[in-house]
Amino acid sequence: MEQGKIVKVAGPLVVAEGLVSSRMYDLVRVGAEGLMGEIIEMRGDRASIQVYEETEGLGPGQPVEATGAPLSVELGPGMLEAVYDGVQRPLDVLEQMAGAFLSRGVTAPGLDRDKRWEFKPTLKAGDRVESGDIIGTVQENAVIEHRIMVPPGVSGVIEDLSAGSYTVTEPVGSLKTAAGDSVDLIMMQVWPVRVPRPYRKKISANEPLTTGTRVIDTFFPLTKGGVACIPGPFGAGKTVTQHQIAKWSNAEVVIFIGCGERGNEMTDVLMEFPELMDPYSGEPLVKRTVLVAHTSNMPVAAREASVYTGMTMAEYFRDMGYAVVLQADSTSRWAEAMREISGRLEEMPGDEGFPAYLGTKLAAFYERAGRVHTLATETEREGSVSVVGSVSPPGGDLSEPVVQNTLRVVKVFWALQDKLAYERHFPAIDWLTSYSLYLDKVTPYWNANVGPEFRERRDRCMGILQRESELAEIVRLVGLEALSAEEQVLMETAKSIREDFLQQNAFRDDDQFTSLSQQDKLLETILLFHEKAIEAHSKGAALKDIFAAPVRERITRAKYLDEDKLAEFDEIASDIETQLVGDGFDDDEVAVYAGGER
Amino acid sequence: MREYMTTRDIVGPLLLVENVVDVTYGELVELEFPNGTRSLGNVLEVNEDVALVQAFEGTRGSNPSETKVKFLGRSLELAVSKDMLGRVFDGLGRPRDDGPEIIPEKRLSIYGQPINPTARDFPDDFIQTGVSAIDGLNPLVRGQKLPIFSGSGLPHNQLAAQIARQSAVLQRGAAADEIGEPIEGEFAVVFAAMGITFEDADFFIDEFRNTSAIERAVLFLNLADDPAVERIATPRMALTAAEYLAYEKDMHVLVILTDMTYYCEALREVSAARKEVPGRRGYPGYLYTDLATIYERAGRVKGRKGSITQVPILSMPDDDKTHPIPDLTGYITEGQIVLDRNLHRRGVYPPVAVLPSLSRLKQKGIGPGKTREDHADLSNQLFGAYARGLQAKELAVILGEAALSDSDKAFVAFADAFEDRFIRQGAGEDRSVGDTLALGWELMKLLPRTELKRIKDVFVEKYLPAEEDADA
Repeated sequence: MEQGKIVKVAGPLVVAEGLVSSRMYDLVRVGAEGLMGEIIEMRGDRASIQVYEETEGLGPGQPVEATGAPLSVELGPGMLEAVYDGVQRPLDVLEQMAGAFLSRGVTAPGLDRDKRWEFKPTLKAGDRVESGDIIGTVQENAVIEHRIMVPPGVSGVIEDLSAGSYTVTEPVGSLKTAAGDSVDLIMMQVWPVRVPRPYRKKISANEPLTTGTRVIDTFFPLTKGGVACIPGPFGAGKTVTQHQIAKWSNAEVVIFIGCGERGNEMTDVLMEFPELMDPYSGEPLVKRTVLVAHTSNMPVAAREASVYTGMTMAEYFRDMGYAVVLQADSTSRWAEAMREISGRLEEMPGDEGFPAYLGTKLAAFYERAGRVHTLATETEREGSVSVVGSVSPPGGDLSEPVVQNTLRVVKVFWALQDKLAYERHFPAIDWLTSYSLYLDKVTPYWNANVGPEFRERRDRCMGILQRESELAEIVRLVGLEALSAEEQVLMETAKSIREDFLQQNAFRDDDQFTSLSQQDKLLETILLFHEKAIEAHSKGAALKDIFAAPVRERITRAKYLDEDKLAEFDEIASDIETQLVGDGFDDDEVAVYAGGER
Repeated sequence: MREYMTTRDIVGPLLLVENVVDVTYGELVELEFPNGTRSLGNVLEVNEDVALVQAFEGTRGSNPSETKVKFLGRSLELAVSKDMLGRVFDGLGRPRDDGPEIIPEKRLSIYGQPINPTARDFPDDFIQTGVSAIDGLNPLVRGQKLPIFSGSGLPHNQLAAQIARQSAVLQRGAAADEIGEPIEGEFAVVFAAMGITFEDADFFIDEFRNTSAIERAVLFLNLADDPAVERIATPRMALTAAEYLAYEKDMHVLVILTDMTYYCEALREVSAARKEVPGRRGYPGYLYTDLATIYERAGRVKGRKGSITQVPILSMPDDDKTHPIPDLTGYITEGQIVLDRNLHRRGVYPPVAVLPSLSRLKQKGIGPGKTREDHADLSNQLFGAYARGLQAKELAVILGEAALSDSDKAFVAFADAFEDRFIRQGAGEDRSVGDTLALGWELMKLLPRTELKRIKDVFVEKYLPAEEDADA
């Protein structure tokens, strides 16, 4: 392969000359240790290279070797349960090779070359196949069946395909193309990370991605194939929210990218996921997860690549027909890596020093999400990639370029607020500024699968919260007593929505997950109390006594109810009925029952 | 020996040296100025035969034609040995006390290597600091990095010294409701001063000396009148020493870095001299990445006994938490202890602003076995009640006390008592976590029982002290 030599080193950026036949975004090996780098600018015969490892000790005159191929990831059995860095080096393997600290130049392939997998063909010799067709399966672990596909750009007639035990690089069979060439079929595909994998067509994302987190599922739902953004000033619980989604969402495969974040947080994920049971399969969560762990102190250029590495893996599982959720924590760190490289290239900066192409890159990344009909002869195979990107705006300032460019493309915005976090209102998602543009899209699904009144209840509660924020202003100035009785009830109901529904404890076993039907029941109960409180008051009961009704204790605890005890909601409803408006009592007795004064 | 006298430009702390051969990025440089002074530096950029060198000890006395530039072929290193304990070094790791040179066991590059995320062990050993505002609500755990966000004139040094003095790790409690005893262990303090005054540094040295903690302390001092660019190396010197003690000598190391604000300013100075595109407030765009390479050196590694816990101190310019330094720090560290000027004015020591303070690792560090089963719930409830109390107080300012509901009044009383009894303690007072929890429960009595929504009923039954007499 062609060899050049270094002329300049400035931090993670190396300039080399003599790489004439290389192309933009080609991978190169830099220096005697062969450090991975990627060409990001070419001027004459000089190529600017971002190096994915620490560049200390590099200097002019040292060699640079071209590889002639773009930065790619290896796709095939063995990705699940793995932990990769930003350029798909398996971190657990590196640890065995080089110890606890990441040494330079130590590398290993993304997929284990020696491990053998049991391949079961689903097609046979003589079958005609197109790109994306599933030729067989590997039961990768107890949870995920890995579907082996004909790689994009290949089609023809299968010549031979046989069951057996293969490594990812051994041929499981072969096919004859229209041109008459024989092509080996192997399980591993190699795909350049910056190129979206092809699909047949995009379809509407109208099925909710449920997470068990009430404020998300009910108020600001995300869909399979949808994109969401969580901003958060530090300490607002962004990471916990993301972990909750990874743990509890009904996606089949989770890709978790720790992009420029804390090492200890990544460790938490690494240690917790193998122990956490996936509520859907009863197996450890890690079996349906790929982790890309590129912490803030690891080389910055590889951080830039990490989101693409993760996205390409997500698309690969999508192509098999899975619902995938990709979490990128945090895209701000990714943008900062771009800014750092751009600064070293001495490019003309845009807002706050970010490169002028920031918006384009962000939009192109999020656009790789979606629900699709995959490539394949049978056109109905459906897969999706949902993206939840977190942003970490400096100083919590949402007007900064990364947030603004992200908001232009995402459809769901979960506005975490540190003020709520200080009050220990978790998840600290602000119900007034958050939004989801998927509401109307998921309503038909809700009507069919949750209950016909769910959407309406959700909207009523939203209205109550909205009204509360208006009234809160008045209360602050002149006190609660200045409000009409009905408004006072509304304030109390809003408080109940906040405390008994929105607040959710991610660390409490009986609270971390709530099904959609239980969420519906909770809303129904809270609204029932609201109506009955107004009714009771109109019949003469004092507000103080209504609010002190013993049933409120049960409403507060209703969110902790087990999924199989939903019948208790009926008891609570009848308690509300009897305690507030009585059951066959006349007006006098109601007031007495409510302990009231008249 | 590659020695050159081919300096072309000298700009602030930077020298541009021409016609160099085989110079590498990051290489250590020795400079000799015409007046005989020497300075260490390193290579920031190398472009064909031109090297950009940053002089750690300034460029005073240099000139282009007579300055000798020697490239040493290695990166900046620290000579380490267990004899470093009890010694005081300057910002570049040379002895500053009257003691002899260290006979090195080995030399380590001060830039270290990132810990492989899979090799990290999760920090979950509770550290009892003896300070209620920390132990009770925002506990520190071994391997954590928990900065103190402070401002000029606030007692952050006292608090950091108190933490260094009192920190202890507890044995596992025998049962969910039992707290283990403190264990003695190999414990060391590494202290790095960047740009602080002699007085401040002296305070720490005195503190360590008086408690004989000095014998297990290593100090790196770059004071206010020492060269500013040297500060860029100082925290890395300290962390290299800490890594050696933790991962090779099995010690539990507490690293105090003060003041990170001056460190960042030194970085900005170099960045400005290089005419780099500035990020917010003139700080370089890579400030986050740079800070991460310091803070992320805290942690625990699987299979090694030692650990590194960091307590960086940074003074927020104008008490502004959104300033880039505290802001980016907060994104890397696992929480923050925020000091509050109002509490300080009211004479509360330590003036820890409980609400904006946070320890992200507390969920893992407390609970049965670590501290006690009720710790998490109680701490949640204390937070919530204090927040509500402060809100009610604000309301009372506008509407008058009389306008408050009965329950709001209870919360106001709680908030006052909480500041006065729970947060406030003596600078020499070492409260065990048991005492802290007992105090918390004592304060719970000020609240109506129905308001204890964040605590599991069983704990309320078990731990809420009985009323001595019936309600008046």
